[in-house]
Amino acid sequence: MSGTGTAVVAKESAETPLPPARVPRRRGTELALLVLAVGVSVLGYVHVGLARSHAVPPDAARYGAGLGVLALLAHLAVRWRAPCADPLFLPIAVLLNGLGLVLIYRLDLETPGDMAAPAQLVWSTAGVALFIAAVVVLRDHRTLQRYTYVSVVAALALLTLPILFPPVNGARIWIRLAGFSIQPAEFAKILLAVFFAAYLAANRTALAYTGRRLWKLQLPTGRVLGPIVAIWLLSVGVLILERDLGTSLLFFGLFVVLLYVATGRTGWIAVGLLLAVVGAIAVGSLEPHVHSRVKVWLHPFASIDAGDGPTQLAQSLFAFAAGGLLGTGLGLGDSILIGFAAKSDFILATAGEELGLSGLSAIFLLYALLVARGFRAGLALRDAFGRLLATGLASILALQVFVIAGGVSGLIPLTGMAMPFLAQGGSSVVTNWIIVALLIRVSDSARCQPDEQAREGVPE
Amino acid sequence: MIRHIRLAAAFSLLLMLALLVNAARIQVFQSEEYDNNPANRRVAIARYAQPRGDILVDGKPVTGSRDTGQQLRHERTYENGPLYAPVTGHASQTYGTTFLEDAEDAALSGTDPMFRPFPAWNALTRSEPPGGQVHTTIEPSVQQAAYNALRDKPGAVAALDPATGRVLALVSTPSYDPELLSGTGSTATRNWKRLNTAASKPMLNRALRQTYPPGSAFKVVTAAAALESGVVKDIDAPTKSPDPYTLPGTSTKLTNAVAGCADASLRYAVVWSCNTALANLGDQVGLRGMVRVAERFGFNDSGLTIPSPVSRSNFDTDMDRAQLALSSIGQYDTTATPLQMAMVSAAVANGGDLKVPYLVDRVTTRHGAIVSTRHPRSLDRPFGQRTAQLLREMMIGAVEEGTGENAAIPGAIVGGKTGTAQHGIANSGLPYAWFVSWAQPQHGARPAVAVAVVVEDAAADREDISGGGSAAPIARAVMEAALNAEP
Repeated sequence: MSGTGTAVVAKESAETPLPPARVPRRRGTELALLVLAVGVSVLGYVHVGLARSHAVPPDAARYGAGLGVLALLAHLAVRWRAPCADPLFLPIAVLLNGLGLVLIYRLDLETPGDMAAPAQLVWSTAGVALFIAAVVVLRDHRTLQRYTYVSVVAALALLTLPILFPPVNGARIWIRLAGFSIQPAEFAKILLAVFFAAYLAANRTALAYTGRRLWKLQLPTGRVLGPIVAIWLLSVGVLILERDLGTSLLFFGLFVVLLYVATGRTGWIAVGLLLAVVGAIAVGSLEPHVHSRVKVWLHPFASIDAGDGPTQLAQSLFAFAAGGLLGTGLGLGDSILIGFAAKSDFILATAGEELGLSGLSAIFLLYALLVARGFRAGLALRDAFGRLLATGLASILALQVFVIAGGVSGLIPLTGMAMPFLAQGGSSVVTNWIIVALLIRVSDSARCQPDEQAREGVPE
Repeated sequence: MIRHIRLAAAFSLLLMLALLVNAARIQVFQSEEYDNNPANRRVAIARYAQPRGDILVDGKPVTGSRDTGQQLRHERTYENGPLYAPVTGHASQTYGTTFLEDAEDAALSGTDPMFRPFPAWNALTRSEPPGGQVHTTIEPSVQQAAYNALRDKPGAVAALDPATGRVLALVSTPSYDPELLSGTGSTATRNWKRLNTAASKPMLNRALRQTYPPGSAFKVVTAAAALESGVVKDIDAPTKSPDPYTLPGTSTKLTNAVAGCADASLRYAVVWSCNTALANLGDQVGLRGMVRVAERFGFNDSGLTIPSPVSRSNFDTDMDRAQLALSSIGQYDTTATPLQMAMVSAAVANGGDLKVPYLVDRVTTRHGAIVSTRHPRSLDRPFGQRTAQLLREMMIGAVEEGTGENAAIPGAIVGGKTGTAQHGIANSGLPYAWFVSWAQPQHGARPAVAVAVVVEDAAADREDISGGGSAAPIARAVMEAALNAEP
């Protein structure tokens, strides 16, 4: 893995600091890839127009210019404040966001009364703006360590907030303010990742090496573990009250992964899996909403046999299947049959139908690349907080993609969640842009600030 | 820590891999199963995405397509729907397809592989070839004449070109406009319910799908069997049949509507429709002989398609002598579709060479390039030339001097046979009036048309109802139209 090479470079440089000019910055690569990403998005937009009305959409140039300007501004911010950052993050984010806009615009054509693309464009702009702000303002990711407890309080506040608002579609996860719908849990993801990373970085030794031994498991002391379990229970409890199981699953996964990475104790995985299985069985059989989801997952076509017509999951599977190897072509599928949430939770089905397995594989590879680069940045860092933060952010992306993509393709029970960058949903797009900003910041630190890191090097 | 981050990364990538494998499972390995799920609307959406190909009569389309702008975009329309309904059937988005719309669906919807230049064409162009054109053998003037002649009477007409088997007319009355069922939604549902519950059964294709007891019209088949089996060698020799005739093994006496049937010759019996003589001859031919000849005419064949499916006409294969005697005059369990009786007439007209009836001449692409063409084929040879000649003579006699004189056409040779069948418990139902006939131009080398007409007669006076009275004039109108249409 190329990560090893970077780690070696980092170790060497710890002994004999290299002049900054020697580190390849790769900003040119990033710019070239950005041009490609914007180009592919515009091509997709043009293709939809050609396929649907045999004409290039009149605002294709404007769409391309808008996306191009956003990408360029983000690139300039990176060039200015994070010159050593990994050159893949930004182009992948732009491509996925651009592709998401094309897919949403394409679905808008089927629902003339409900246009989602303009709002998504506004949110994407806001996301890029926050990205730029984060890259410019946050000069060093370790600054975040100072806000460990502020993060957790803010996260819990955000998670609790929607309980005060009326439920939307059976879930209390939105708050509506001045015409905007916001999903606070999306932002809480980042804050919780920051908290977990900071707390675990500070207490990892205690967690790993102290505590009582019970049979073969070495349990950490309650004093250390107490707060983290309490907070985790609280967040998961809130989520179950709000019936947002996807996010609850995500938090649990994030918690287990970070605990395992921080302590290096396989026992955590075992405990995590055990808790997950017990929790899944308990919630799956007790909670009617979840119980029905599990039933649909096990028998996606039962409703058809019962004469009630296809469920959304069945429609989603039909859409994927209709795509086949090459897809029907952008604009030429019938994924709108999925109905409600076709542009958000089920957006991947449209990609699957219209781009086929080939296009879907490309999208999965883009996510895999984004996640792998995140982990790689973590590997290259020398401070425990940075490593845990990068691991946490990459895990959030990976788990999120798995939970929703697996849900709409029948691999696991369906839980509502947004496909990062692709799906309609303002909070999600903004959050993912911030995640990418943090990953860029972390990867920049990994490659350009070896001297500072050397001083607080961590034992392997 | 490095090792654990690596493991976490490997785990994340494993999740991505699982997604990819699952996507391949759905999109490639099991896609067909999902695609063919009846609840998957894509099949229907693709089916109606482009205009359906047309069914043509004499080169002019009798169908059309309307762009509704709905999810199922194109709806079927019909020109002269009630007239051609027995030919076209309906193509409904709600209730499926029937008759030619069904039998030629692959051609009309463009899904027939014949329409693709090469197998992977659709996948590469991402488009379906436009629907093809189905050219029928129907002769519009004959069809119209039959429809006009039946008017408001429930009944059916089937007309064939005896020399080729081309179906010249298929009419069923009362009829309906198939366009009423084309779309989806409450209008189509309401129409469907109304048409299905109507007492007059307008959606019943009487020419192909309804069987009637053929009555005396079946005597042509019995006469053929008597001649072929050698029971009758001279059609002018007495048949030694008593009047009344006691059904073998019973005390039931069979009588006649006309005089002179005692010991009549076969010619007299056919011309004047003597029940006693032909029941007796059927009994003498025997079950096996009668069944063999009837089946060679097409009876007991449940697989006939033209390509619309034709109902099975029945001649029982297991009967006692009394039942056989009754079956031989088209009673008991003997039933026939109008098309079957037109085939009987066509076999006589064409010298014993029975052609397979067919309704579709050729299928072309939207632009007229021929995809497939149909050529006449022989179904069977139920009897030889000599028998054919004698049967022709007797049928001509029935028209010139016997029960069928209402069918005579000046300037043409016409042969025919009447039939009146009673049905229902104790014959309480309304009788069916039959006329089967054929016509040949006076100086023509071959017959122009073979016709079978059935009228479910609602006339009050049962005695007066005979094939000669209500059905023969209809047959004449159809034959005249066919003779005039001859090039």
